[in-house]
Amino acid sequence: MLSQRNPQLNKNGELIHLLSIEGLPRAVITQILDTAGTFLSVNERDVKKVPLLRGKSVFNLFFENSTRTRTTFEIAAKRLSADVINLDIARSSTAKGESLLDTIANLSAMHADMFVVRHSESGAPYLIAEHCAPHVHVVNAGDGRHAHPTQGLLDMYTIRHYKGDFTQLTVAIVGDIVNSRVARSDIHALTTLGVPEVRAVGPKTLVPGDLAGMGVRVCHDMAEGVRDADVIIMLRLQNERMSGAVLPSAGEYFKRFGLTADKLALAKPDAIVMHPGPINRGVEIDSAVADGHSSVILPQVTFGIAVRMAVMSTIAGNVA
Amino acid sequence: MITSLTLDAEALFVALRDGVRRLCADRPGASLVGIWSGGAWLAARLQTDLGLPGEAGVITSMLHRDDFAERGLAADGGTTRLPFEIAGRHIVLIDDVLYTGRTIRAVVNELYDFGRPASVALAVLVDRGGRELPIEAAFAAARVTLAPDQRLSLAKDANGRFSFAVQEAA
Repeated sequence: MLSQRNPQLNKNGELIHLLSIEGLPRAVITQILDTAGTFLSVNERDVKKVPLLRGKSVFNLFFENSTRTRTTFEIAAKRLSADVINLDIARSSTAKGESLLDTIANLSAMHADMFVVRHSESGAPYLIAEHCAPHVHVVNAGDGRHAHPTQGLLDMYTIRHYKGDFTQLTVAIVGDIVNSRVARSDIHALTTLGVPEVRAVGPKTLVPGDLAGMGVRVCHDMAEGVRDADVIIMLRLQNERMSGAVLPSAGEYFKRFGLTADKLALAKPDAIVMHPGPINRGVEIDSAVADGHSSVILPQVTFGIAVRMAVMSTIAGNVA
Repeated sequence: MITSLTLDAEALFVALRDGVRRLCADRPGASLVGIWSGGAWLAARLQTDLGLPGEAGVITSMLHRDDFAERGLAADGGTTRLPFEIAGRHIVLIDDVLYTGRTIRAVVNELYDFGRPASVALAVLVDRGGRELPIEAAFAAARVTLAPDQRLSLAKDANGRFSFAVQEAA
């Protein structure tokens, strides 16, 4: 074995891939958030483009569908002046039986400089990062139930934008925590940034008690979970869970854990409501809340572009 | 060898203020834009001392640097804030030290992302020579020669007073 060092960092501790928030030092996370602030203003200029990735090719490899995340990565890469190639993997060679590493080898022969990878298998972006050439960078755009680090970072950017400081906050994450890579990335980021109370809220089938090992307080009661919270992060209820008899029905779930104005009133008066999207109105969140004055769901999307620009330009500027 | 003692930043600032006053007199409606970070401090104080309306702009070279491939993004690169229209306006860029000219090249590119200015001039506290691009300052309060391994940087203390520090490369 070479060493136990984090494969995302080079020997100087600089970020060369973004695979997971777990294990990232606070300084690295803060640096990305600061850089994202600079890029947010680029999106408001006459010329919404900077030349940092000019001449570089970014390949979007989405082995699992996601229109929104892929689009925001594409916009981010284009605003950095990169050439962006979107591969419709579901209809391409992988469907014909090509292995993941053969796909990567072929794309590398086309002079790829960066891969943005979404995959249903946890760890797929790690495998690619391990096997690609030293000058190639990898961004995890969501792998299985493991991690969705750019969503985690854009959530942190959003919280910092509205709340300023992390060290006095109570953050409630509500919903399907056990299956959510967003929840996992958010929890790692929030604890690294010094949030004193992170709550995981939901039914026992979706929020098992052993999550407490991640430094969160487990709440199986919605009122207890959101009381006096500064930030409420709602997660999408994945319909496929319902069929597995994990939950009684969408209606029953909404009654117990859906965020309504009544439940939101238990949180702090200036609490913000976040959601990674796409939202299921009337399942995990009431329309009046999703469209209400506490909702920052659409600003999250805007911040997401700036955060992805910050991630791509940070890793592209560091050498393995 | 130049030391920080021989470059009195406060005395040079007085000379810079006179120089910038003349540059502004020749350019009706000119606006000051300070280059992050030392130039931004200077521009903010010049704005007050010269009685100019509003705030000075701040500009960063970070997004247009030609050494991005070697050095990556600067850790604290600052953010460009230009609280006025650039199109058609005379711009006086302010920086602490003019050296290779590469920062100025990057900053001019950044400026153009906001519009086409009527003109762009540059005023600096110190021109230390060593240019690698065809860029000159319209005003420099001092011209000195430093060895390539010497780093000259402006510092600002808690009372807002400026000083120069010379660091020898390790």
